[in-house]
Amino acid sequence: MIRWTLRLIAVGYVLALVGLPVVTVCRSTFSHGWAPFAQALGNPDLLSAAELGVGVAAISVLVNTVFGVGIAILLVRYRFPGRRLLDAAIDLPVSISPVVVGVALILVYGRTGWFGGWLERHGIQIIFATPALVLATVIVALPLVVREVVPVLAEAGTDQDQAAQSLGANGLQRFARITLPTIRWALAYGVVLSLARSLGEFGAVRVVSGSVAGQSQTLTLFVNANYQEFGPEAEQAAFTAAFLLMLASVAFIVVIAWLRPKEHS
Amino acid sequence: MGIRATDITKRFGDFLALQDVSLVVPSGGLTALLGPSGGGKSTLLRIIAGLEYPDSGAVEIEGVHATWLPPRKRNVGFVFQHYAAFKHLSVYRNVAFGLEIRRRPKAEIKARVHELLELVHLENFADRLPSQLSGGQRQRMALARALAVQPEVLLLDEPFGALDAQVRKELRDWLRRLHDEVNVTTIFVTHDQEEALEVSDEIVVINHGRIEQVGSPTELYDNPANDFVMRFLGPVTSLGGRLIRPHDIEMLPGPAPDAIPATLTQLVRVGHEVRAELVAGESRPWVNLTRGQAEELQLSPDAAVWLRPHPRASTLPAPDRA
Repeated sequence: MIRWTLRLIAVGYVLALVGLPVVTVCRSTFSHGWAPFAQALGNPDLLSAAELGVGVAAISVLVNTVFGVGIAILLVRYRFPGRRLLDAAIDLPVSISPVVVGVALILVYGRTGWFGGWLERHGIQIIFATPALVLATVIVALPLVVREVVPVLAEAGTDQDQAAQSLGANGLQRFARITLPTIRWALAYGVVLSLARSLGEFGAVRVVSGSVAGQSQTLTLFVNANYQEFGPEAEQAAFTAAFLLMLASVAFIVVIAWLRPKEHS
Repeated sequence: MGIRATDITKRFGDFLALQDVSLVVPSGGLTALLGPSGGGKSTLLRIIAGLEYPDSGAVEIEGVHATWLPPRKRNVGFVFQHYAAFKHLSVYRNVAFGLEIRRRPKAEIKARVHELLELVHLENFADRLPSQLSGGQRQRMALARALAVQPEVLLLDEPFGALDAQVRKELRDWLRRLHDEVNVTTIFVTHDQEEALEVSDEIVVINHGRIEQVGSPTELYDNPANDFVMRFLGPVTSLGGRLIRPHDIEMLPGPAPDAIPATLTQLVRVGHEVRAELVAGESRPWVNLTRGQAEELQLSPDAAVWLRPHPRASTLPAPDRA
């Protein structure tokens, strides 16, 4: 009896928090059938936003994968002054609000920021342009790869690496043949998490983007901008974009669920 | 020529792991580095392998100055206590690893790997993953992997330390036979004196970062250089102010020249042996007897007996505390 009650509460909780909003978005997207949905898909601003959003997410994931693996190896295998500080700093993006990240970026790279003058003189625009979107997304998703890879690396230890050394493998060969296969599932998991986080990022991106339709709008910004506009067309566009984002999330959840058990075998 | 280590010193922070250690290991031999844990024997092995670098001193391997060479350029095979198996690779690929790195032709790799798997009796396990092998099998795989690249020197760090007693003893005999077959200069680290005495041609006793004694198992057992070596290699008791092996004491039913009177306090049977505990004045020696000897003496508690060293027994002056 208690077990059933607990189950009911758990399922109800999840339904109310996740299920209902999902259903609402789906219903609103298709409330007038397929035609408006298909039409909204042809909206040039939506397409451009999707392209930019995916592009920014892809670059951020690439950057975070390369540096994430590098930082994880550094943290696990080397002892150096400042190591614990680095370790703590990696987690900072989790605890700070993304909005603060965005504001901080403006304070550093904005027109009146630390590097603003220099950047402007050399004709480089970061804030209100794609570089700022990438920077913001990279920072926000930074810990995800690192935190997945570190425990796996730590558990594997250095014996295999040393064995490979004594068998004649150089650093690159050891990384490709030993380290990478050892962390592959954790890394894949981290990459999918980062991709999901990057695609869905809103707060930091909102601050540094300027949100110009067709130029510096990612999908999340597009949803926000159109939802706040009046008119059925804008609303349909907002729901269509939201639906796309949701579709991507579901795909990620499936991939993550599929990756997860392998991580432990 | 073999391996020559000269004046090796190594510190880890405040801890002095090795202190001016010099050692020559002859080619083709099977040498044991024996000592208590934390004594520096593993550190010495890892310095020879290039997995650690000494603070000062030099390493020469088969006439080549190797002190600062990275491990991959030393042509040294290394076997770890916990196998260090490449978990994502099959047994075949584990053994082939060094050859693949050296870009040998496929056919040659195949022939060599199969030859080695046969040598270590794993020919039917080529496609298994290491996780599907027992500890003993994993260690044999690790040995084959190290031997695949035909190293000049084979180094084993407590190779049987993680295995249970039965497998340990089997692998120990097997290592001896393997060494006689392959004849590569081999050094292995152990803290098990029985293992060292049984397997090796030469034993190097290391303690507190220094070499206590080097010699054949017989030399070390019969003529230990000091009381540490004597105690480490086997049981020791004291008689008349000297350290002596308990099986080197003769027990007599009556007085005799040079014999010390003693009173029996306890008789303990340990398998086929009998351990007799006694009081002789200030000291409390114990004597190792065979069952036959004990029955012949008709020993009973509180019996008076006389003790003296066997004529060829080696003894050392006992330190003050004994």
